[in-house]
Amino acid sequence: MCLGVPMQVKTIENEMAVCEIDGVQREASLMMIDDIQVGDYVLIHAGFAIERIDDDEAQLTLQALREALDMGLAPE
Amino acid sequence: MKHQNEYRDPELARLQLQAIQQTVADFDQTMTLMEVCGTHTMAIYQQGIRALLPDNIRLISGPGCPVCVTPVSYVDHAVALARRPETIIATFGDMVRVPGSSSNLLHEQATGAIIRIVYSPLDAVTLAEKNPGTDVVFLGVGFETTTPTVAGAILTAARKNLENFYVLCSHKTMPGPMAALASDPDLQVDGYLCPAHVSAIIGANAYQPLVDSYQVPCVVTGFEPLDVLQGVLMLARQVVAGDARVENQYNRVVKADGNRKAQEILKQVFEPCDASWRGIGDIPGSGLRLRPNYTRFDAAHQLPIEVEPAVEHQGCLCGEILKGKVRPHDCPLFRTICTPEDPVGACMVSSEGTCAAEYKYGT
Repeated sequence: MCLGVPMQVKTIENEMAVCEIDGVQREASLMMIDDIQVGDYVLIHAGFAIERIDDDEAQLTLQALREALDMGLAPE
Repeated sequence: MKHQNEYRDPELARLQLQAIQQTVADFDQTMTLMEVCGTHTMAIYQQGIRALLPDNIRLISGPGCPVCVTPVSYVDHAVALARRPETIIATFGDMVRVPGSSSNLLHEQATGAIIRIVYSPLDAVTLAEKNPGTDVVFLGVGFETTTPTVAGAILTAARKNLENFYVLCSHKTMPGPMAALASDPDLQVDGYLCPAHVSAIIGANAYQPLVDSYQVPCVVTGFEPLDVLQGVLMLARQVVAGDARVENQYNRVVKADGNRKAQEILKQVFEPCDASWRGIGDIPGSGLRLRPNYTRFDAAHQLPIEVEPAVEHQGCLCGEILKGKVRPHDCPLFRTICTPEDPVGACMVSSEGTCAAEYKYGT
């Protein structure tokens, strides 16, 4: 029930945004987050953007995932 | 699909698994890690992660499927309301097939009740707006991820001065049952994969008291396969090192303090109350009810109705499964008389229930 979908904000009007993933668009309320711009990625749950997705942190996570390579676990 | 596909790379998954194997290679005990959240349970089954982990890491499922922990009496109450004239029940899809004592919402729909499955609580507000003269009751079930969206719907209904929108509340909050399980002497949990999107609202720091009281490692973990593997790796490293800390694997979404604005919306509309959890029992302060200012939206207060006495289904082990004490195969009803087509217990009904996941993806 706690599934959230990362979607990109396409348009904003008042407190509502049209967000998109893979060509699918949905309306979502921005009641729970401030300072959202068109182009930002947000996490959508039950018709609300519940949090912004931080691209810098996403890169750091991916970097940490690749750290296994530094442990000498390179692909055979 | 940005922010999804990157976390589904099979090559990186293989490397993560090797890192996990290396971490526990010299660990001579079995560690038990609990994925608390139903969405994690589903992701783990879907990706076959349990079978890929080393033998000395045991993953067990916890009480984090909101539909599964909702008491039978709540379903009975919803069924009773569905039988009222001029009433529309609006609900997330998972709830309609949950068995009550003698009926469920799908049966009620077949005999004339109006049940509408909605994607958002805001859709229920729109239903109320479009159907003046009909009472629209939204079934408020869910943890901190969902509760602010219900609070947002109530604030919207208040702004629109709607007099026919109600919520039947059974909202619950998360760290409470984790503490209840951590203090259960029959259950040894060595680490928690903490829920991703509940944590987006409450923040990673919300688990610090659990770590302080029970010295159990907690790692906030995302729902994609690489997130789960990294969460398991971080927990395994803590367990092997004898550490107990809160770590946040899901930094791209979850902040230390969570989403303050969502917390404010939630607190504006709801206040803590005691709650009954199927399988775990009553946990003080682990539920949420509407504050006095918002009781005009409370279906339980505003639409009084007689509800049949609750009867739990004999032989169903959902309660023990929700505590991670037994696996679905240990239940005599599993796959025999309890199936997704004809479920006996909530764990088989909900798409995120452990029994439903085991039935669909298990071996």
